[in-house]
Amino acid sequence: MTTYSPPGSDGSIVSYQSRYDNYIGGEYVPPAKGQYFENPTPVTGETFTEIARGTADDVERALDAAHGAADAWGRTSVAERATILNKIADRMEANLEKLAVAEAWENGKPVRETLAADIPLAIDHFRYFAGAIRAQEGTLGQIDDDTVAYHFHEPLGVVGQIIPWNFPILMAVWKLAPALAAGNAVVLKPAEQTPASIHYLMSLIGDLLPPGVVNIVNGFGVEAGKPLASSKRVAKVAFTGETTTGRLIMQYASENLIPVTLELGGKSANIFFADVSSSDDDFFDKALEGFAMFALNQGEVCTCPSRALVQQSIYQDFMAAGVKRVENLKQGNPLDTETQVGAQASNDQLEKILSYLDIGRQEGAKVLTGGARAELGGNLSGGFYVQPTIFEGNNSMRIFQEEIFGPVVAVAPFADPDDAVKIANDSLYGLGAGVWTRDINQAYRAGRGIKAGRVWTNCYHLYPAHAAFGGYKQSGIGRENHLMMLDHYQQTKNLLVSYSPKAMGFF
Amino acid sequence: MARAARVDVTPAAAEMMRRLRGQHGPLMFHQSGGCCDGSSPMCYLEGEFRTGQSDVLLESLRIEGVDEPITFWMSSAQFELWKHTHLTVDVVPGRGAGFSLEAPEGVRFLIRSRLLTEEELAELS
Repeated sequence: MTTYSPPGSDGSIVSYQSRYDNYIGGEYVPPAKGQYFENPTPVTGETFTEIARGTADDVERALDAAHGAADAWGRTSVAERATILNKIADRMEANLEKLAVAEAWENGKPVRETLAADIPLAIDHFRYFAGAIRAQEGTLGQIDDDTVAYHFHEPLGVVGQIIPWNFPILMAVWKLAPALAAGNAVVLKPAEQTPASIHYLMSLIGDLLPPGVVNIVNGFGVEAGKPLASSKRVAKVAFTGETTTGRLIMQYASENLIPVTLELGGKSANIFFADVSSSDDDFFDKALEGFAMFALNQGEVCTCPSRALVQQSIYQDFMAAGVKRVENLKQGNPLDTETQVGAQASNDQLEKILSYLDIGRQEGAKVLTGGARAELGGNLSGGFYVQPTIFEGNNSMRIFQEEIFGPVVAVAPFADPDDAVKIANDSLYGLGAGVWTRDINQAYRAGRGIKAGRVWTNCYHLYPAHAAFGGYKQSGIGRENHLMMLDHYQQTKNLLVSYSPKAMGFF
Repeated sequence: MARAARVDVTPAAAEMMRRLRGQHGPLMFHQSGGCCDGSSPMCYLEGEFRTGQSDVLLESLRIEGVDEPITFWMSSAQFELWKHTHLTVDVVPGRGAGFSLEAPEGVRFLIRSRLLTEEELAELS
């Protein structure tokens, strides 16, 4: 076990700068209005750096740099771009531990998770798209003996990307890697809750990219995000967040007639069929871990399995084991590698979770464990911690219908497989789901019946780069990850070529 | 007796609305759903967010010191799931994402909820 020192303190392996400007055209540029905002760590609530408060002028400047770089970048060979992405991955791998500590300090998540998931997944994401872009080929269709339709992939040009705060580096990489592989230049706006770790990443990899290919403008959504999302100078906007902002971004995109990809969250159902507990073996242990996964990343995951549906015939025993499993989770200092549950990312997030704990109780849901803010004492007392919480109730309650984005699961029993799928689908959202059973036929039918973009089957919270991720219903539009993501950042150019010297004979 | 309302506002939230109204102009709210900053009431300039057939106007909030009502909207699908609850717009320190107008002030509007009483539901239906 290791407890890392806070970044910047004596003995720490990583330090943040005391201030970050906007990263534009390969260099740091002070914000046009000269203003900065403070960035606290959720671990203790204390400010550790200040960040440029970018505005429309800074976005324009970043767009100038991106447009200046886009054509040349788009014409580089795929081998050249793949080499750069692989070098980025290598650089990140060589600094994995530092990135992991920096990310934990920024977001409040346990370093146990950033070491094992966030940063390794981000590294692999660059490698996956480095490989995918080299293997991608256009097509040709022979229309007739004299006529051929060639289809080329071309970059969109300059794209805007708005990043959420729950996985600040990984979510940025999910958007950057395919966009860069496809030959686009990017203007990226990090979340204002977690604006700093991406700059630590850029301090490691910035020199590997031509100036202007990646530009980062920090600031508040209304002051920097909106000018980016509504700009006439972007060919596409990618956003991860919630429904109202998603609609607003689509509204701006409709004014500019550009595409969007939107990932807007879910209320993912994790379904446990009776046969999971038919034997007290490794599989049952794995299923219980899958149940407790709602607390991974403090529940701040768009696919948080925040509804658990357990078959009636095993409900009592399964829940007794599930409660025990959750009560054994170790919550504490995110910089301790033994810690499994860390801090919520911000104070307003903490307040929102507490407001849901309140309405859950008022609606009559029963608290099986947790149910309150966690007071960890010492230097963590200013941080934002919530006890992993299990509610028992029914699917019409607000806590079953809205993503709380905290370590909170709402549990209900179901009668039979049809009932399970019906309850799972009784939701506005359809991002993720989990199905646990030893019966592969049952798993298949439930998985196909659930209206969600990903159904983890006998697993949960795995995010390999080559599995498509995205939502049905109000969970959004488009996909991330997988080869198909390249399409979201490419135009199709058709050259329709005649090899006949003869006139068509119409005129 | 005051009429039943679906949405009320805390004094602190009303003060923030007055301030934002003074800085920016007439305001509206649209209640968000989904992840990240989902569940947050998003505050925009009136008309910035285009409501349509899929939205419900829950309330036209009368805020002392603000000439015009501040509209509070929600998507009708979400309203179906929330309509049994009364909402209070509060404000807390924090830093929300999204394009809501209050974020640069270092605060975030937040919804607190309670169940509507049977009398209120009857009056509101």
